[in-house]
Amino acid sequence: MFSRAYKAAVTLPPLLWVTVFLLLPYLLMFCYSFWSVSASQAIVHSWNLDNYGQLLRVNVYWQTLLRSMWIAARVTLFSLLLGYPLAYFLSFYASKKKDLLYQLVIIPLWVSYLVRAYAWKTILGSDGVLNTLLQYVHLTTHPLEFLLYSPFAVVLTLTHIYTPFAFLPIYAALEHIPRNLVEASHDLGATPGQTFWKVIFPLSIPGVVAGATFAFVLSLGDFLAPLLLGGPSGIMISNIVVSLFGAAYNWPLGAAISFCMLLLVVCLLVFSERLEKKWSFS
Amino acid sequence: MTTTPQIAVTSAGDDVSRTTLLSIRNVAKRFAKNVVLRDISLEVKEGEFLTILGESGSGKTTLLRIIAGFETASAGEVWMGDARLDRQPPYRRRVNTVFQSYALFPHLTVEQNVAYGLRVAKRPEAEIAARVSEALEKVKMSAHAKSKPSKISGGQQQRIALARALVNRPQLLLLDEPLSALDANLRRQMQVELKSLQREVGISFIFVTHDQEEAMVMSDRIALLRAGELEQVATPREIYGHPATAYVAQFIGHTNLLKGEVRAGVVRRGPLAWTAALPDGAALFSLRPENIRLASEKATAPGTVRVRGKVRQQAFHGATELIRVECGDGLVLVVRTPGSGGALDEVDLEFSPADAVPVRESPERI
Repeated sequence: MFSRAYKAAVTLPPLLWVTVFLLLPYLLMFCYSFWSVSASQAIVHSWNLDNYGQLLRVNVYWQTLLRSMWIAARVTLFSLLLGYPLAYFLSFYASKKKDLLYQLVIIPLWVSYLVRAYAWKTILGSDGVLNTLLQYVHLTTHPLEFLLYSPFAVVLTLTHIYTPFAFLPIYAALEHIPRNLVEASHDLGATPGQTFWKVIFPLSIPGVVAGATFAFVLSLGDFLAPLLLGGPSGIMISNIVVSLFGAAYNWPLGAAISFCMLLLVVCLLVFSERLEKKWSFS
Repeated sequence: MTTTPQIAVTSAGDDVSRTTLLSIRNVAKRFAKNVVLRDISLEVKEGEFLTILGESGSGKTTLLRIIAGFETASAGEVWMGDARLDRQPPYRRRVNTVFQSYALFPHLTVEQNVAYGLRVAKRPEAEIAARVSEALEKVKMSAHAKSKPSKISGGQQQRIALARALVNRPQLLLLDEPLSALDANLRRQMQVELKSLQREVGISFIFVTHDQEEAMVMSDRIALLRAGELEQVATPREIYGHPATAYVAQFIGHTNLLKGEVRAGVVRRGPLAWTAALPDGAALFSLRPENIRLASEKATAPGTVRVRGKVRQQAFHGATELIRVECGDGLVLVVRTPGSGGALDEVDLEFSPADAVPVRESPERI
């Protein structure tokens, strides 16, 4: 059909792009993770597994990684709990205002991440909006300290930021369910509740898996929310990577941690793709 | 489904002794300003095969959806026995539907699809298994019990949709053009199967179609819908032999519509004249092509109408032949003969006045 020259012209640019800006940097990072830093802060090109050993030995690294996963898991759960009902309502019940409501869900995505994170800072701070209000109505006498600079603040902010990412694929999956299946279910005597659990939810699982993957992967690698709102107890693994590449000037160890995260994310993507395939029937 | 009461049906439709199952009373439906149905009243008897026939946009599917509960009537009532049906949600109605596109659940196997209605009704598992395998046997699909719907053909999906509805032993089965997606041969085969299945289970069927031939073959009675109003409700023979309106006469089969003038019991239309007990004035008649014969040279039998004309067109259809004959004064008659044996030029035609059926005009509707 198409000449070889045409095919090459079409495929070469993206291939080149991926190689130069993705594969090569990853390869470089992979190499770095086996090197080390001398006392005079020079990179020593000696190949060993010391960095990976350190990852396991030094508590702060693997504990922070686990905490990051725990935070990401909670963000995923809350994003799904918020995003699913929203998508369900929009897809099945908001017949006329559908487009408007859809835009309202999407618009926050256009607002700068930093602005939204700072907004939460002014809400949650010790003389912030929430604490002032609570004291004003005499529900509390002192500012609640756990609101800001805590894992709570990080989970809350990340949930706010990543819920649209969970919402979108769920909404798309729900929109793809033929409405005559819902009618058929009612016709066969299933109540709206039974219809939801036996027809609508199973058919929306690919969207749920995709949404969960988005929310988990994006919040796992987040470093701004913990930096601005996390405090010492809300530090995440990306903050450590940033400081290792920056202030600590230990690129090899930073690369080793990054590579472990990359591996984790790739495994997750493969797993979620399998799950999606298993539950799609089109 | 051996426990279902079997109703011996010989010549259904004419049987007036059977009780009324479903009663549609003055139902109307509007979507915004668009009137889809107006003042529909219709009764369905127990064990009856009723077809709602109409062109696309006639409102036939909307009427079916009102009975199933997917649409709410803007006015009027639907009764089933002595219970008001139209106030119940679809999942409480003892009515099941076979959808046009079958609407099988893609994530469930054939078996699970058929079991769906019994499962949500929380029947015991042993009973479900027995009834499902019985239903699959009835539609000859037992071999595909474990397949997913996407792995079986359209005709097979159709059978599953039928089994999934019938397994619940509804009082009334609604079928929304279930054969329209099948090819011609399979379609004819399914028409026969569906009809015999309906007699076997004795459940009332309301069958929606735009295909008049299908309606004629399968139905006990046909309700012909046009632009949201019922034109005629009658048996296939009645509706074909005595169409109530010009529209019915033209929609069901071919016909010659003759606009005549009655004066003192004599109808005149161009060169034609015959007697009819009608009041003076304009009158419209339907004359089926097969009721016009090519007359022989011999003298006409008394009482038959005879006319001479020029053959303009001959179309060979195998068993029969359609001939267009120009009889002068702007009158063109279409004649169906059992084969003329070659090209014709001038012919003598005859028909008996009883076959010219007076019909009402069908005014345009918006």
